[in-house]
Amino acid sequence: MNCKGVIREISDYIDGELEPPMKQELERHLQDCEDCKMVVDQTRLTVEIFCDSKPVELPTDVKARLHDALHRKLHERGN
Amino acid sequence: MLCATLIQPEMRMQPLIWLLKTLSASNPHRLPSTVARDDEHLLVAAAKRGDTHAFEELVSRYEAKIFRLTMNITRNREDAEDAMQDAFLKSYAHLKNFQGDSRFYTWLVRIAANEALMRLRKRRPNQFSLDEPVEGEEDLMPRELKDWGPSPEQRFAQTEMHEILSEVIDNLEPDFRVVFVLRDVEELSTEETAKALGISIPAVKSRLLRARLKLRQRLDRYFRRGATN
Repeated sequence: MNCKGVIREISDYIDGELEPPMKQELERHLQDCEDCKMVVDQTRLTVEIFCDSKPVELPTDVKARLHDALHRKLHERGN
Repeated sequence: MLCATLIQPEMRMQPLIWLLKTLSASNPHRLPSTVARDDEHLLVAAAKRGDTHAFEELVSRYEAKIFRLTMNITRNREDAEDAMQDAFLKSYAHLKNFQGDSRFYTWLVRIAANEALMRLRKRRPNQFSLDEPVEGEEDLMPRELKDWGPSPEQRFAQTEMHEILSEVIDNLEPDFRVVFVLRDVEELSTEETAKALGISIPAVKSRLLRARLKLRQRLDRYFRRGATN
């Protein structure tokens, strides 16, 4: 596998979805290619950082309007 | 009769919420996510039976995450708020149709994503399509690689990191952004993402690959060793 092949498979590799022979081939390449190893590590970290990001608290005005709309809907159904 | 008099008035009014709050109060530590997920079906079942407090609890639990999702897709606060509101109202109106073959949250994400996409398409009718094939692979090769150094997450304060992530995702093409947000931020499976967007699994995978590589490239400016921002 060459560098282009690694880039093509990087997503499936990170997600653990590569078939074992392909995975072994990719990992053999990573042992000898510092650049590809760096791209794999940084791409994995990119996904982790976004995945771990906490949602910011809902702005007070947005929350108030949501709950007003919700109350109207729930009340309408209750009648 | 005896049992009814022994039950606290607040418990008679909202039994499920009372139970959940009592359990939380007895354990001041945050419940692990698996436990928090485990009671979701109880809340949904209660809401289906007409317990409005149960539905309100579901809304409170997910409102910040759903707003983040609609903001991430639309990148417009007004549209994001409308999409979030309509998603919750529609999920309530169609709750009886929810079969429970997936998590309620996953079902809610699909509704919210569709509401957000509708608004994005209205604003950018000629700039956004999930049907068009993605470009060739020649521009995927990363260039000018540099080490990111130890733990970028620890080098930035939470608000600063939030601004960085917001900026880089803002500049991502909408069709890549939508797939990335559903798959990597909301953690839907590839199949769930494909179903939510009405596109094929290979189309999800090719957009996800490009989105991840482009985001890595854009974060590089902030994270590379010696970067001064």
